[in-house]
Amino acid sequence: MMAHKKRLGMEVSIAVSHAVQLARAEAIAAYPITPQTHIVEHLSSLVANGELDAEFVTVESEHSAMSASIGAAATGVRTYTATSSQGLALMNEILFIASAMRLPIVMTVANRALSGPLSIWNDHGDIMAARDIGWIQIFVENGQEAFDHSIMAFKIAEDHRVLMPTAVNLDGFILSHVVEAHELMDQETVDGFLPPLVPYHKLDPAKPVTMGAFAMPELYTECKMGHQVALTNSYGPILEVWREWGELTGRHYKPVETHRTEGAKVVLLIMGSLAEVAETAVDTMRDQGIPVGLVKLRLWRPFPFADLRQALAGAELVIVCDRALSLGGAAGPVQAEVRSAMYPLAKKPHILGYAVGLGGRDVQPEVFEELVQLAQAEVKKGPSEEFHIYGVRG
Amino acid sequence: MSKAWDQVTWQEIEVGGVLTEPGTARNYNTGDWRSSHPVWDKTRCIKCGVCWTVCPEAGITEQPDGYFEMNTYCKGCGICVKECVTGCIKMVLEES
Amino acid sequence: MEKFGFAESTKFDTYASRMMPREEFFTSGHRSCQGCGEALAVRWACKAIGKDAIIAHATGCMEIVSSAMPQTAWMHPWIHVAFENTSAVASGIEAALKVLERKGRLKGPMPKVVAMGGDGGTSDIGLQSLSGALERGTNFTYICWDNEAYMNTGIQRSSSTPFGAMTTTSPPGKLSFGQHTWKKDMVAIAVAHGIPYVATASPGYLFDLYFKVKKAVETPGPAYIHVLSVCPTGWRSATDLTVRLARLATETAVFPLFEVVDGRYRLTVQPPKIRPVRDYLKPQGRFRHLRDPEVEFIQKQTTDRYQLLLEKCQASCAEFVPVHVPEGI
Repeated sequence: MMAHKKRLGMEVSIAVSHAVQLARAEAIAAYPITPQTHIVEHLSSLVANGELDAEFVTVESEHSAMSASIGAAATGVRTYTATSSQGLALMNEILFIASAMRLPIVMTVANRALSGPLSIWNDHGDIMAARDIGWIQIFVENGQEAFDHSIMAFKIAEDHRVLMPTAVNLDGFILSHVVEAHELMDQETVDGFLPPLVPYHKLDPAKPVTMGAFAMPELYTECKMGHQVALTNSYGPILEVWREWGELTGRHYKPVETHRTEGAKVVLLIMGSLAEVAETAVDTMRDQGIPVGLVKLRLWRPFPFADLRQALAGAELVIVCDRALSLGGAAGPVQAEVRSAMYPLAKKPHILGYAVGLGGRDVQPEVFEELVQLAQAEVKKGPSEEFHIYGVRG
Repeated sequence: MSKAWDQVTWQEIEVGGVLTEPGTARNYNTGDWRSSHPVWDKTRCIKCGVCWTVCPEAGITEQPDGYFEMNTYCKGCGICVKECVTGCIKMVLEES
Repeated sequence: MEKFGFAESTKFDTYASRMMPREEFFTSGHRSCQGCGEALAVRWACKAIGKDAIIAHATGCMEIVSSAMPQTAWMHPWIHVAFENTSAVASGIEAALKVLERKGRLKGPMPKVVAMGGDGGTSDIGLQSLSGALERGTNFTYICWDNEAYMNTGIQRSSSTPFGAMTTTSPPGKLSFGQHTWKKDMVAIAVAHGIPYVATASPGYLFDLYFKVKKAVETPGPAYIHVLSVCPTGWRSATDLTVRLARLATETAVFPLFEVVDGRYRLTVQPPKIRPVRDYLKPQGRFRHLRDPEVEFIQKQTTDRYQLLLEKCQASCAEFVPVHVPEGI
C-alpha cells in the first residue's frame, strides 16, 4: 500500500501532531513550554473536536506530565507527551523510572537550550543532560523526518522485544515553528503499519501486579543489567522498523548517515537540523576541491558503535559539531562519545570538537567552512586543545 | 522467585522489575520478630472479633470454634491486649 | 460508647467486627514496625476499596515495608513511581481507564483509582501534584497516611508535624521547643479545591474509616481522606497503645473525625465530653519535653479550632458552591 505522494506545507509541529493523531495516541499528558507548545495545542484541539479519541490531561508541571504518562502507559494505553529544555530537566528523575519500568512512552523533545541564562532558543543542551535516562533517543533533521519518526517511535517502543520509552528530538523553532513540505500518510496505511498496542504488563484488577517495588543491593545490579541489555538490544528491532518504513515510503533511515564521505579525509559530524546547513557547506567545499564529508548521527541511544566506526573509516580528521556543552568535562558531549567509540581502534583519526549554535545562535554554511580551516590549523600546530566554543566574542 | 533472592540472575528478573504475583509478602515470617505473644483466656473471650480487627499484621485468625488465635505473623505489639473488650488476652514472653 | 454517626449510608445500627469482610488485601508479612497504626489503617482501607481498584502509592513507610523485591504485600494492582507524583500517576491511570472504557477494552467493572501517600508526600513535596489532580476533577480518591513526620527516613519534621513535637529536624534544645509551626491543614486545602468529599479518619475508629473510604471511592470525582497514622516508633509511644492513642486524639479534639460533603461539614464521631490535650500528649515521648506554657498553648489552639469546626458543622451555608455541570452542557 503506497503512501500519498502529495506534499503539504505545514508547520512541523502540526505535522508531528498529525503523526501522533495518525498513530492513534490514547493518553496525552503535557505541560506547555516554548517551543513545544504548538504540538500540544494542536493535539488538544484534535481531541476537543473528536478527531483524536484520546484523553488529554492538562497536568500542572512536566514532572507530572511524565508521571501521568507512566500511569497511563502502565494501565495499557498508547501514551505520548512532548517537552523542551527546563521541562525535560524538571521531569528528569521520572525519565529514569519510565525506562526502568519498560513503559513504551513516546516523547517529542523540541530541543531548546537550558537555563541559565534563560533561553527559549535551540540547542541540544536539554537532551544532552538526559543522556543516561535509559531511553531510545533519535534525532531528526527536517519536518518529514519528524513526521516519519513520530509514527515509527510507537512501533519501536511497543515492540515486545523492546518495551522502551522513545524520545524523538527535533530542533526547537528551527523545525518546530517552520513551515515545511510533508508527504503525509493516510490512516489506513498507518493502521496497517502500526497495530494497536498490546501491553506487556498492565495494572488490571483481573491480574494484579506490583510495579515499582524497591531493590536491595543484592538485586539492583541485576535489575540494571536487564535494563542495559534491553536498551542495547533494541538496535535490531529499530532497524527492522526503519526498514519496513523504507519499503513503505521510499524513505530509508539509518543509525548513521553520510553525505559525500567517499574519499573524505576530513569529516564533519553533527546531529539534528543543522546537518542540512552542513550539507550545503560540504557541497560548496567539494566544489572547491576540498575532500570534506559529513556524518550525521541519527540514533543516539543505543549508541551505534559499529555504524559510526564504519562511517568514519577513511577519515583522518573528524570535526564534531556539538550543540551543547559538558561544562568542566573533557569535551562536548557528542565529541566525548565519538572519541570513546573510536578509542579501541588501532588507527584513530584526530577528533576535534566545536560547540556551535548554542542558545539558538544562527549557524550559516560559512561556519562549517571556517571550522574545517580552524580544525586543520589546530592539527598542523601539534597537540591541540581539541575542544572549543566556536564564535565567542572576546 | 523461588530462589534465594541474592542468588537470582538478571535474566530471572521480570521485565521492568514487575512482581507478577500479588501477596508474596506472606512468604516472610514476621513472627520471628516478636519477643512476646498474646494468649487468649477462652473462659472470658466473647468471640467479638475486635482483636482480629485491630491487628496491623492480620496476625490473628479465627479458629473453627469461633475463638481467635495469633498466627505466624504476629509481631507481638500488644494492641489486641489493650483493645480486647473483656480483657481476656495477655502477653506472654517468648521462650528464648 | 460513642455513636458511629455515619448516617448518610447507614444501613446498620450495630457494628460487629466479625461481620466485616475477611479477605485481606494488604497481606501479612509486610515489614512495618510492631504496632504500626498506618499499617492497620491501610489494611482496613484496602478492604473498603474492594477488589476492583488500582492503587498508586508514594515513596514512604508503607511503600517500603510492603514492596521489597521480590515480595509484595499488595493484592491490588499497585504502582509506585516516586515521592511527589502519586496524584499525577493516578491522573494518568484514570485517563487510561476512561479511554479503555470508551473503546470497549475494559473487561469487568471500571476499577476505582486510589492514590496513597504519607504526610510528607502529600502536604510537602506532593502538594503540587495533589492540587493539580483535585483541580482537574480527576475521578480518584487520595488517602493521606499522616504519621506526622518523615518517618521512613528517620523521623524528620514535615508540615504535618504537630506543634511542639520533637523530630530529628525539630529537636528541642536551648533555643527550641520542637516544631514551632502549627500542623498544615490539609483538609482545608482539599476543601478549598471544591471537591465533593473530604474526610478525616483514624485507626482508632476502624468502622468509621472503613465506611468513609467506601464512600470516597464511590463518590464520582476527587475525594480526599486524611488518616491519622499513629506511629509508636516516631511518636515514642508504647506499641500496644496505638489504637488507644488514635482514640485519644479524637477524644481530646486534637484530631476530630468529620466529613465534608459538597462543602458541608459534619462530625462523624461526637465525643460526649472532650478530654484535656494533656491526656493525649502524655503517652508520647515526642512531647515529653513540653512545659506548661507550650501545653496550654496547644490546649487553647485545639479548643478554638474544635469550636470553629463545630460552628462549621452548624453553618447554614456550605463552604463553597459545588460545581455540578448539568447534562447538555
